[in-house]
Amino acid sequence: MKTIYILWLRQIKRYLRSKSRIVGSLVQPMLFLVALGFGLGPVFQKAGQGNYVEFLVPGIIGMGIIFTSIFSGMEIIWDRQFGFLKETLVAPVTRLNIMVGRTLGGATVATSQGIIILLMSLVVGFRLSNWLLAIPAVVIMFLTAFLFTALGTAIASKIDDMQGFQLIVNFLIMPLFFLSGALFPLNNLPKSISIIANLDPLTYGIDALRYFLAGAGANHFGVGIDIVVLTSVTLLFLGVGSYLFNKIQI
Amino acid sequence: MNIIEVKNLSKSFSDFKAVEDISFSVAKGEIFAFLGPNGAGKSTTIKMLTTLSKPTSGEITLNGFNPVKNADAVRHSFGIVFQDPSLDDELTAYENMEFHGVLYGVPKVLRRQRIEELMKFVELWDRKNSLVKEFSGGMKRRLEIARGLLHHPKILFLDEPTLGLDPQTRNHMWNYLSELNKTEGITVFFTTHYMEEADKIAQRIAIIDHGKIIALGTSAELKAKTGKATLEEAFLSLTGKVIREEEAGPLDMLRMGRRMWRGGGRK
Repeated sequence: MKTIYILWLRQIKRYLRSKSRIVGSLVQPMLFLVALGFGLGPVFQKAGQGNYVEFLVPGIIGMGIIFTSIFSGMEIIWDRQFGFLKETLVAPVTRLNIMVGRTLGGATVATSQGIIILLMSLVVGFRLSNWLLAIPAVVIMFLTAFLFTALGTAIASKIDDMQGFQLIVNFLIMPLFFLSGALFPLNNLPKSISIIANLDPLTYGIDALRYFLAGAGANHFGVGIDIVVLTSVTLLFLGVGSYLFNKIQI
Repeated sequence: MNIIEVKNLSKSFSDFKAVEDISFSVAKGEIFAFLGPNGAGKSTTIKMLTTLSKPTSGEITLNGFNPVKNADAVRHSFGIVFQDPSLDDELTAYENMEFHGVLYGVPKVLRRQRIEELMKFVELWDRKNSLVKEFSGGMKRRLEIARGLLHHPKILFLDEPTLGLDPQTRNHMWNYLSELNKTEGITVFFTTHYMEEADKIAQRIAIIDHGKIIALGTSAELKAKTGKATLEEAFLSLTGKVIREEEAGPLDMLRMGRRMWRGGGRK
């Protein structure tokens, strides 16, 4: 338990100390929110879909979370290259504990990014349907963050240099984000896009966030289904991640 | 009693045999030097001894345990100072120590006390709250040595511990380690390229080249065997004078990449 805590604490400390990273990972989502939210808002309204900023905010929170959490998970690559991973791997701590501690830390970091984006979107004009529902929304953020940190860890366990990093951004994070329904409603989609969106775990995270932040009417699958999918995929990724992490040899 | 027992140990990477059928043992409380040119198989052997890498074949017993089957017990038994830095640059010196102490389950009061003691010994106590990234190479090395000793291991592995240290620090460090070896009976297993260091400190020396142990004995025995006056000459006559090429890892490329990422802002 103490070992999980210290591994978690390390991730938090590293996050708080890299101010440029905090700012950097907030600029992009806010740009999306402002440019798309206000740029496409009138079109969205004319199509009879209501307020686009309100629709977009949960999607942008999802964006901040997926980027931060996959990157956090992938920090293992840096740790491996800069030697610190060896220090944790020779310690008398099970690999599962190391994996869980790191993943919890990364998920906490990504969740706080999500919360900051939520607060910043309030400044831009977003209004919560119900303030109390912000609490379950944060739980959903954490669950989503945990899922993608575990995915990042799993991937990073198989990659030992930076060459693969850009590949992951372009071929994994970008598609997961753009095809998740973060930017567009899920009804009346072409069949192929609809299938992909239904297979993307981020879709369910954002859908659940819409339920709590924008109201039940904005929810597509039903919040119960969202939570069940998120939880099972998280467990799956955690299992795969632990397995791969366990096999790391230096 | 032998605290390290290695029998017919081999490690291959696809078609390359890094370590080939080596056998040796280290007695409890011994100071043992493991010498060899670059790429001879020293670090690979240490990785197998310290559970970081699995042997292709052969057997290891460390403090009575097998690193493959009983990794946890083995990990409790040793401390290690790696060849490359293994500190977290974004944490302070103290936090790096604290992290280590918690991972090894050193109880809080004892941990705090030992951290202070060790950091004073390596003369970093007044810098305890500085981030490690502000440290020079020598300071990092000293901190790593202090960290490796924090959980009072039975065996201490040192992979080129004195690389980049000035003679004062080296002297200071070896005095401390010899002292620890005498008072606590801690076994020291180290590699180095400084022959006079091995000559002075090690009770027995193994020389490994091309993955095989080519000589093993006291410094005097090695000198007698080759008929040379110094250990350096004995080493050269055993391993030849050809300079070894060691392939560069992806680390340098990565350092570049990391700087670019940081500069780029996203990460």
